Amino acid sequence: MYLAKINVTLRPSILDPQGKAVQHAIASLGMEDVRDIRMGKYIEMKISSDDAEAAGRIADEACRKLLANPVMENFEVTLEEIR
Amino acid sequence: MKPRRTNGSVKKFGVVVFPGSNCDHDAYHALGKVLRQDVRFLWHKDSSLDGVDAVILPGGFSYGDYLRGGAIARVSPIMKEVVSFADAGGIVIGICNGFQILCEAGLLPGSLIRNAGLTFLCRFVHVRVEHTRSAFTSGCREGEVLKLPIAHGEGNYFADAETLAGLERNNQIIFRYCDAGGSLTGEANPNGSLNGIAGIVNERGNVMGMMPHPERATDPVLRETDGAKILLSTISHLVEKTQLTHSTI
Repeated sequence: MYLAKINVTLRPSILDPQGKAVQHAIASLGMEDVRDIRMGKYIEMKISSDDAEAAGRIADEACRKLLANPVMENFEVTLEEIR
Repeated sequence: MKPRRTNGSVKKFGVVVFPGSNCDHDAYHALGKVLRQDVRFLWHKDSSLDGVDAVILPGGFSYGDYLRGGAIARVSPIMKEVVSFADAGGIVIGICNGFQILCEAGLLPGSLIRNAGLTFLCRFVHVRVEHTRSAFTSGCREGEVLKLPIAHGEGNYFADAETLAGLERNNQIIFRYCDAGGSLTGEANPNGSLNGIAGIVNERGNVMGMMPHPERATDPVLRETDGAKILLSTISHLVEKTQLTHSTI
């Protein structure tokens, strides 16, 4: 069994008004050094496979077909073996 | 203005109902009760389009907008049928959430992201009819300004530069946000959409997505009826298509 930890982030070319609003809020708390907040999604997924490569392929396919929209998002998968 | 009927010709419309659709009844009412068309609901788990002449993907929050607007709806069983129907040249209209679903399904290019101002917008806007050579705008005048309601949080049209250039080149942009006089000003663009895009068609011209709601501006009892021009254009197109098919047999 593998645990896929997936980060879905907006592509750099896409404006992230939500990140901007959060950045302003943080600045208003006095943390003026905080720059360029980008919001994303974190997804955990268990994959019942004993083969790391196969699990990676499944996670990748899930990202491409559903979890991320390639028009506006990038994704990153890290795999962890679990019992 | 009173919406006119299309000389007695009745076409068959299917309004797809996803869990969370909330403009399905608006579309049903506008097409069935106001424009006197034959309209039926199609459940998202159905695997048949019931022989309809056109499919409407209505507005709403299908699957609670989980993951992304339209992302989960587009893997519903009925969407397989909608994609084949569109591939065969069938008329498909996506309104608001329906537009998002069409983008997620790959039937239209690009994507709809969070409104630039972050807030949900529910008000009337003006859109300019960019050309009338489409199945959805033939009953409008070139450059005509339509007053239509919007109600969305994610209607900010985005596509990469190449896709956008293609949309411009092929005249696929049929509605742009404008002011009441038809000028494309920054202030008239409610959500930050690239090139002021409010509605597009696919390359073949049979699939249309738009963020404003024509079905909510069709019944004269609601006073604004510009939306009827879009729905009536579509009906006329379907009627002509039938006549053409008959004359070639």
